[in-house]
Amino acid sequence: MEIKVPTMAECIADGEVPEILFWVGCAGSFDDRAKKITKAIVKILNKAGVKFAVLGTEESCTGDPAKRAGNEFLFQMQAFTNIQVLNGYEVKKIVTGCPHCFNTLKNEYPDLGGNYEVIHHTQLIQQLINDGKLKVEGGSFKGKKITFHDPCYLGRANNEYEAPRSIIEKLDNELTEMKRSRANGLCCGAGGAQMFKEAEHGDKEVNVERAEEALALNPNVIATGCPFCMTMMTDGVKHFNKEAEVKVYDVAELIANAQDL
Amino acid sequence: MGISNIIFLLLFVGAFVLFALRIKTIIRNIRLGRDINLNNNFAQRLKVMSLVAIGQSKMVVRPVAGIMHILIYVGFIIMNIELLEIIIDGITGTHRVFAFLGGFYNFVIASFEFLGLGVLVACIVFLIRRNIIKLKRFWSAEMTSWPRSDANLILTIEIFLMTAFFTMNATDQVLQSRGVEHYIHAGAFPFSQYYSALFTGLSSETLVMIERSVWWFHICGILFFLNYVPYSKHFHILLAFPNVFYSNLNAKGKFNNMESVTNEVKLMFDPSATPPPADAAPVKFGAKDVQDLTWKQLMDAYSCTECGRCTSNCPANITGKKLSPRKIMMDTRYRLEEVGKNIDKNGAEFNDGKSLLHDFISPEELWACTSCNACVEACPVNIDPLSIIVDLRRNLVMEESNAPSALAGMFTNVENNGAPWQFAQADRLNWANEN
Repeated sequence: MEIKVPTMAECIADGEVPEILFWVGCAGSFDDRAKKITKAIVKILNKAGVKFAVLGTEESCTGDPAKRAGNEFLFQMQAFTNIQVLNGYEVKKIVTGCPHCFNTLKNEYPDLGGNYEVIHHTQLIQQLINDGKLKVEGGSFKGKKITFHDPCYLGRANNEYEAPRSIIEKLDNELTEMKRSRANGLCCGAGGAQMFKEAEHGDKEVNVERAEEALALNPNVIATGCPFCMTMMTDGVKHFNKEAEVKVYDVAELIANAQDL
Repeated sequence: MGISNIIFLLLFVGAFVLFALRIKTIIRNIRLGRDINLNNNFAQRLKVMSLVAIGQSKMVVRPVAGIMHILIYVGFIIMNIELLEIIIDGITGTHRVFAFLGGFYNFVIASFEFLGLGVLVACIVFLIRRNIIKLKRFWSAEMTSWPRSDANLILTIEIFLMTAFFTMNATDQVLQSRGVEHYIHAGAFPFSQYYSALFTGLSSETLVMIERSVWWFHICGILFFLNYVPYSKHFHILLAFPNVFYSNLNAKGKFNNMESVTNEVKLMFDPSATPPPADAAPVKFGAKDVQDLTWKQLMDAYSCTECGRCTSNCPANITGKKLSPRKIMMDTRYRLEEVGKNIDKNGAEFNDGKSLLHDFISPEELWACTSCNACVEACPVNIDPLSIIVDLRRNLVMEESNAPSALAGMFTNVENNGAPWQFAQADRLNWANEN
């Protein structure tokens, strides 16, 4: 299926006001694996008839990794630049494909003059299903065993544990929980700017510890909702040479694949 | 008023004066921190305090420790009502002054015995967990001999106090049954009635001596405990309540905005903005020492009871990295105590050339953090070790330019091409046209 990705600039030129801005994020724009998640989100938005737009080349890093790493200057410079663009387009509502962008836009931009309603893509998908705009049936995931890895910046950081789970449950499968889940979930190891550096010296990688826990459940699928968790969990599964049996998918991909979008 | 009543009064007043002086020092130390206004959302704060501190909601996440802890907590709070009677008896020379309450008094004394037994059992279980089962979180690197002894000492004192309480009741009963003068018939003793069988063979004189000794031991023990607590990790029994009251009510993912940086960045974006006056004090970015932290972060340090739930949930610590959120809190407290002592000795301006960053907490620990908030979530008294880690990182990066080289590279990428990786911003929408 061909995807339609209007940019904010195009919409304004056509005199249209999109109802929601899709904030793609750096991983969603550049990381080969995460780009597939981005496309899955777009397919869902297209399918549900959501009038959305992206910033395209006007989007820039939210500054999240800079802020977590202690570089408040760089964070605020990014934030001010982005807020100028967003306020210029009079953006009211944003959906993000990444919990880190979600957290930063939602919680840290208001102090700098950026006030938007910000939701994560799992929350939007849940809304679309609840509003009857998106029909979901089990499809290829029917009866499969799926476990959900909570992204820290969606879960503990913003108390959203149910949206991704309620979507997975719609797929008519067996959702099995790891012992460390929801508020007690274990990080994948990439947060706090760890994604961009080597781990400090230790006796194990965090993603290996987490993948081990997930694999112990013998799942068919490990689901998550974050491009960084995606990288870490995929690498963790490879570490145990299980990539043939166990797939790592974003919740958006589960929906898009199940509907054969 | 006899000589013993005067001794009691002196001991009692002395203990409270010492306690008050120590509290004054702790308040002074906490106030060394930066100001932060948390006098808002009173109703919500009260709710969180009722749930988390009074209601112990986060303790029971781990059921065994949680339930045992509630036994001690409830026992401690309720049994302190008896302290009132002990104080009046001690000062006026009466015996069981509230006995006139009759049936109600018997009920209260009986329930104290239930609570006392609960405390005794819980303390023994806790000692076993720490010293025989040797749970990992009580034996990790920062649990050196002092923190371990501190915990054991507290539990041992509590066991002694409870033993004294039961011995007091047991001997009292025998004396009551013999109709010995002064020992009026009062109280109900569901457990110590069995224990009192041990004492029935002794003469009344010996029993009076034992009863008086344990009475004095009990009250002296309590007064000692009162003055030990504020030097110990056990201070959480007082600070837990205000500390939870003032806990962070924002989403855990929100890191605070640095106003000082906002001012500078605004100047960069808008050259016509008003610069700060030339004589304004230079701003320090992030925290290098305890005075750069907020009073709430310092109160966090004094509230920590070193249970280690934060550390046992920390992904970095679980995988063998040097970071331990509990150590961050312990180091903050050790350093704050050191700074406080320096001020007492050498005046407020004294600089010992040391700092929390580097001398206590190393960059390696700070850079192991994934900012996942597991430590914050786990803490039963809503301590926020992550906020201290971030403030120290801010100092490393913005004052010392001391970030790991990979992160410095990430900064350059974000600055130059608006992404943490080396991709051009112009290519940001290429994904839409790729297959």
